[in-house]
Amino acid sequence: MSEMVLSLDGLTVRLPKGADRPHALSDVSLSVASNKILCVVGESGSGKSMMANAIMRLLPHEVTIERGRMMFDGRDLCAADSAEMRDVRGAGIAMIFQEPMTALNPLRTIGDQIGEMFAIHTGLSKTEINARVEALLEDVRIPDPTAAAKAYPHELSGGQRQRAMIAMALALDPKLLIADEPTTALDVTTQAQILKLIRDLQQRKKTAVLFITHDFGVVAEIADRVVVMQHGAIVEQGTADKVLNDPQHAYTKQLISAVPPLTAPPPRILSGKDILTIEGVSKTYRTGGFLGRGARITEAVKNVSLRLPRGATLGIVGESGSGKSTLARCIVRLIDPDTGSIVLDGKDWAKLDRDEIRRETRHIQMVFQDPFASLNPRRKAAELVAQGPIVHGTDRATAIAEARKLFELVGLDPSAGDRYPHEFSGGQRQRIGLARALALKPDVLVADEPVSALDVSVQAQVLKLLAGLRQQLGLSIIFITHDLRVAAQICDLVAVMKDGAVVEQGLTAEVFGKPQHPYTQALLSAIPGGAFAREHDTATV
Amino acid sequence: MDAAKRYFRSPAAVIGLILLLLVIAMAVSAGFLYPRDPLALAGRPLVWPFSNPRFLLGTDNSGRDIAAQIFYGARISLLIGGVATMIAILIGILVGAFAGYYGGWVDNVLMRITEAFQTLPNFVLLLVLVAVFGSTLTTVTIAVGVVSWPAPARLTRAEFLSLRNREFVQAGKTLGMKDVQLILGEILPNALPPVIVYASVVMAVAILLESALAFLRLSDPNVASWGNLIGLGRDVLRVQWYVSAIPGIAILVTVLAVSLVGQGLNDALNPRLKSR
Repeated sequence: MSEMVLSLDGLTVRLPKGADRPHALSDVSLSVASNKILCVVGESGSGKSMMANAIMRLLPHEVTIERGRMMFDGRDLCAADSAEMRDVRGAGIAMIFQEPMTALNPLRTIGDQIGEMFAIHTGLSKTEINARVEALLEDVRIPDPTAAAKAYPHELSGGQRQRAMIAMALALDPKLLIADEPTTALDVTTQAQILKLIRDLQQRKKTAVLFITHDFGVVAEIADRVVVMQHGAIVEQGTADKVLNDPQHAYTKQLISAVPPLTAPPPRILSGKDILTIEGVSKTYRTGGFLGRGARITEAVKNVSLRLPRGATLGIVGESGSGKSTLARCIVRLIDPDTGSIVLDGKDWAKLDRDEIRRETRHIQMVFQDPFASLNPRRKAAELVAQGPIVHGTDRATAIAEARKLFELVGLDPSAGDRYPHEFSGGQRQRIGLARALALKPDVLVADEPVSALDVSVQAQVLKLLAGLRQQLGLSIIFITHDLRVAAQICDLVAVMKDGAVVEQGLTAEVFGKPQHPYTQALLSAIPGGAFAREHDTATV
Repeated sequence: MDAAKRYFRSPAAVIGLILLLLVIAMAVSAGFLYPRDPLALAGRPLVWPFSNPRFLLGTDNSGRDIAAQIFYGARISLLIGGVATMIAILIGILVGAFAGYYGGWVDNVLMRITEAFQTLPNFVLLLVLVAVFGSTLTTVTIAVGVVSWPAPARLTRAEFLSLRNREFVQAGKTLGMKDVQLILGEILPNALPPVIVYASVVMAVAILLESALAFLRLSDPNVASWGNLIGLGRDVLRVQWYVSAIPGIAILVTVLAVSLVGQGLNDALNPRLKSR
């Protein structure tokens, strides 16, 4: 048994009055061993991030530690005063965050910010600090560490920024590293690299790691031990192998079974007729420059051709910046494509003018990514859903009545129509967004990352709903996602996009089973816990 | 109704509201309490306050009741404050909404015009307008409104810029809404709270602008306004200082009330800004 670096004993954290539950954490006991990675898994609101903040004693103002002990390095952090905590933070316990862009100061160089760690905690000279910073940046394998040290945060890519954050966290060789969803904001290939980096560094430096995540794929990839949390309490803990392969608690089982399997369901018979054909669509952005000189040109979408058979679901997958969202917005004409044709039911959608689009728009509707931003906060749910039909000439009373029927269709209580969006959970809001799109009885639904902002169990429900509606209403769907596991579940066809171009397309089973393009292969092999997902899939079938 | 509850939780906001209601009550009751023309001669000139029960606040240098002028002056101040604010906010929202929603050259043209107005000192512009169009109550009110719109316009534009790319606006577009529907129905209700709060600042400034104008004897001399009274008191400022001081206090209280109400509205409508 190795030495315990941190042990929490009956930690209970009280939330202010009026919160949805009295305690953020209730009676949490766990310990992190040196040279081991402990993964804390849970859905949003499970209290996992609150725990990280409690350990660092960085709780929000009205949130207090009620009882319990946090033993670190022979002392109880619950009792430490702020001067002691300053010594512990950074030097004893370091932390990396989900969004490296907001965690870094945009006005100072990377090297400067890492060097600050030494300046605060050690008495090293300027030249020594600079040498250390470069060595650290080399450790986290940033390309060209000398240049990276002089760069400002916005000049690095997301993955490089997270590497810089890790370098900063590891600067003083802390005993414990807390990683709060460090790869959630990153693309899948970058995520795989960062996970590998954390694993390597942890083994080399013998650091204990407390890794917070919502993704069981990541857990399978990296964890030695696993703690599963729900509503602020631990429901199960044990070795990674045991929890993943032989879960005891019902909630753990539910979470694991909600992880989308990687292999496609048996292919459905597709209609021979195409409802939507996209031919040679391109969109180029020009920014800056004067009279055409020095302008920056971004080819967001490059000569994309796709076809969507009637009743089928076409997945467009790719990493951020691949142009998939731009393409989706071109299809519904939120963005005007530069060239190409988008033929829907014999009409070239790309050539219509504004007024015609307004009239024709009910044939093609869109579901948006962010369930919080995509609903007008000042309108009631029923109104939101009825808006479309009202714009297209249905009278108000009929439209509201139909909206309530739609609520039932998407699995919401019809009486919920009188509530405002903020009274719904993320999954429920996404259902409202779906009902709004369906209210116009579209032929084609363009869904832009409709489940990316949702917890995995909610994600599974919404995907099931979509699949059911597709059958029931004969919808044809264009489904945009960065998550190949999600695409595998729902799409009949997939197109893989990279840098604005489609590099591979075909039947889902074929593309995922025998990927031809090296990029598709890289994407598939980068899926966290890929091996586990495949095993888990054969186990459940 | 959360907003109302939050509003009444702040003592400053409640005091502001009470003061404002008091001023409104003065304006409403002026006709009952002082049925005679407030500008008619009532007694001996320059009676000190509280020395004669007939003239509680004394008389000015031509022997008119100061109390009556204060009560009637509340009407003028609220009228000018209210109407000028509405004019300013209306122009501001229109200009800001179009500039923010359409962007591009529309934004450029409208914002250059706004800046042209903004670079001129408010008061100088007001003097020019009054000098050209005369100083009746109507022209003064409109002039005050016209010089106050640039700030609300910039505020509205900023809100529109950040709201126009939100997904719910894009969703409205994909539903086939017209631009006017998007601007008025979707974006404006979300952009309004900060503008409403700012309206209180505009109103306080409008009241002060009118008073300043009256102090220079450039406001409408045929109505009883606080500013006119201060202007009159200027001649006897060294000895009978109360002639200027009493309407001065009235202006102070009104502007303070409006500001407190504005601050209270701000905290009530944007609770997240004040999470302490």
